[in-house]
Amino acid sequence: MNYVVQRLLTFPLILLGVSVLVFISIRLVPGDAITAMLGTEAGLLTPAQRAALAAYFGIDQPVWAQYLRWLTGLFQGDLGISSIYGKPVLTVILERFPLTLQLALMSMVIALSIGVPLGVFAATRNEKPSDLVVRILAMLGQSTPSFVIGVLIIYVLSVFFGVVPAMGTFTPLTVDPLASIGQLIFPAVTLGFAFAASVTRISRSAMLDVLSDDYIRTARSKGASQRSVVWRHALPNALIPVVTLSGVEFGYLLGGAVIVEQIFALPGLGRLVLDAITQRDYALVQGTVLFIAFNFLLVNLLVDLAYVALDPRIRIGGR
Amino acid sequence: MSKLFRAFLRHPSGRIGLAIISLYLIAALLGTLGLTPRDPLKLFAIDRLKPPSANYWFGTDLLGRDTFSRLMVGIKQSMIIAFSSVALATLFGTIIGLLAAWWGTLWDGILMRIMDVLLAFPAILLALLIIAIVGPGTATSVVAIAIVYTPIFARVVRGPALSLKQRDFVDAARTFGSSQPYILSRHLLLNLVAPLAVQVTLALAWALLTEAGLSFLGLGTQPPTPSLGLMLAESKNLMTQAPWLMIFPALTIMLGILGFNLTGDALRDILDPRTQRREA
Repeated sequence: MNYVVQRLLTFPLILLGVSVLVFISIRLVPGDAITAMLGTEAGLLTPAQRAALAAYFGIDQPVWAQYLRWLTGLFQGDLGISSIYGKPVLTVILERFPLTLQLALMSMVIALSIGVPLGVFAATRNEKPSDLVVRILAMLGQSTPSFVIGVLIIYVLSVFFGVVPAMGTFTPLTVDPLASIGQLIFPAVTLGFAFAASVTRISRSAMLDVLSDDYIRTARSKGASQRSVVWRHALPNALIPVVTLSGVEFGYLLGGAVIVEQIFALPGLGRLVLDAITQRDYALVQGTVLFIAFNFLLVNLLVDLAYVALDPRIRIGGR
Repeated sequence: MSKLFRAFLRHPSGRIGLAIISLYLIAALLGTLGLTPRDPLKLFAIDRLKPPSANYWFGTDLLGRDTFSRLMVGIKQSMIIAFSSVALATLFGTIIGLLAAWWGTLWDGILMRIMDVLLAFPAILLALLIIAIVGPGTATSVVAIAIVYTPIFARVVRGPALSLKQRDFVDAARTFGSSQPYILSRHLLLNLVAPLAVQVTLALAWALLTEAGLSFLGLGTQPPTPSLGLMLAESKNLMTQAPWLMIFPALTIMLGILGFNLTGDALRDILDPRTQRREA
């Protein structure tokens, strides 16, 4: 239990660290926010107007005071006002989040439904040619960056099928489920590809480990069929590392896939951060990065807790 | 050491990986010395968008620049960034991990929580923040990638260092009156070479990937210096007329990452007797 308590206690601490780091780093960005906001028109502002704007966005105070104000706002669900969108930061984030969440889920479904069966298949044919083929494919998949896959997919679609994947728009799942899934299918395949490769590799090696365990030999000697041994006895235990890997990967994907969103022109969290950073929208950068880090830490915490539930040994042993 | 090397060469992944890395290092070296088939920056205006031929092995781009020569310089650029960032990450990560394990309790807690904070950012996001502060460029990419991977090295070092610290030979060295720096470098660090070697090779693969990603976004190496990611990004609008502009940079990026991944895998198989496979 000690391990669980420790994890729960460090969670807010790390989040606080993230908030301080983001807050300081965004203020180290050269150039001032008001010029970044208004571009050349900033030159037309009178000093009084400039000061009024600075006061409106709260950037006229010393950094520590800004931080404290921001932190207290945080507890009231107030992340400040985005200077690009002129809306509350939380509203902007929540507008973008459904796409990112759906994309992450779709990529994970693709990765798991390809990776786990392939990994199990390869493990049961250890060192045979078919195992080697799967291993080579997984290695290639793991070595291919998502943006290479994305560009290749767009190329193949446009040259061989004359199709241009839907870009720039997003229909929420609740409005039109089919259209929504259709719009994200190619980005999801792009992200799912390397993800599937790592799932394949880890399920294969986990399965190999488990298959050499004593209890599997016992099951075999009882006369259990190969199918039952693999899927009923071995797989549940082999899935533990797969759960960990998928959790970490899913946590990353919730942070938005900056590059893939850029390639497919998707309005997700990743591009929001990119825009916020390049346009010096302090409040938006802080809010989004904190939101992303929060999700990432939360998913990791849940994975660790699931791990404890799946593997009772950790509960006693500590870290 | 030569025994290790022979074991490495017997490993199929090791052989292929080493061959790829050597090829890339040669290309990078020739690129540095300016020994490319053509000037990578020179515009051959009449030869714009030429397909691959005996004259231009991998074709030319929109401005009539030779793709093959540009890829060689791009590889050099990637290699410099990958090797320097991983060297920095290894150095700082190892120091932090060793000190956390050695000092223990309070310092261990503080140092490793700071590492946890850094790990809570997705890699590319952390790199973007750093680039926003310092501005894009080669040096920024190096620093950004180094900061991203430092916590990973700190973790890799801290775990085994903690258990080494409890071992009898460390106690013995302390009783002899060996100095702390001596014990740390001689007894701890030397025993950490194997896990570090594996981590370094895999980190090189990730660094290549991150560098290509950053330059793909236009935030890495700045033009006119060629970089693999940027070449791929620029090919996007021309892919139907000039697919070679996309295919060759794409393959170059993939193959490079593959080379380091294969080498890392082979090293892990050879150095870790239990071939414990924990994916990153």
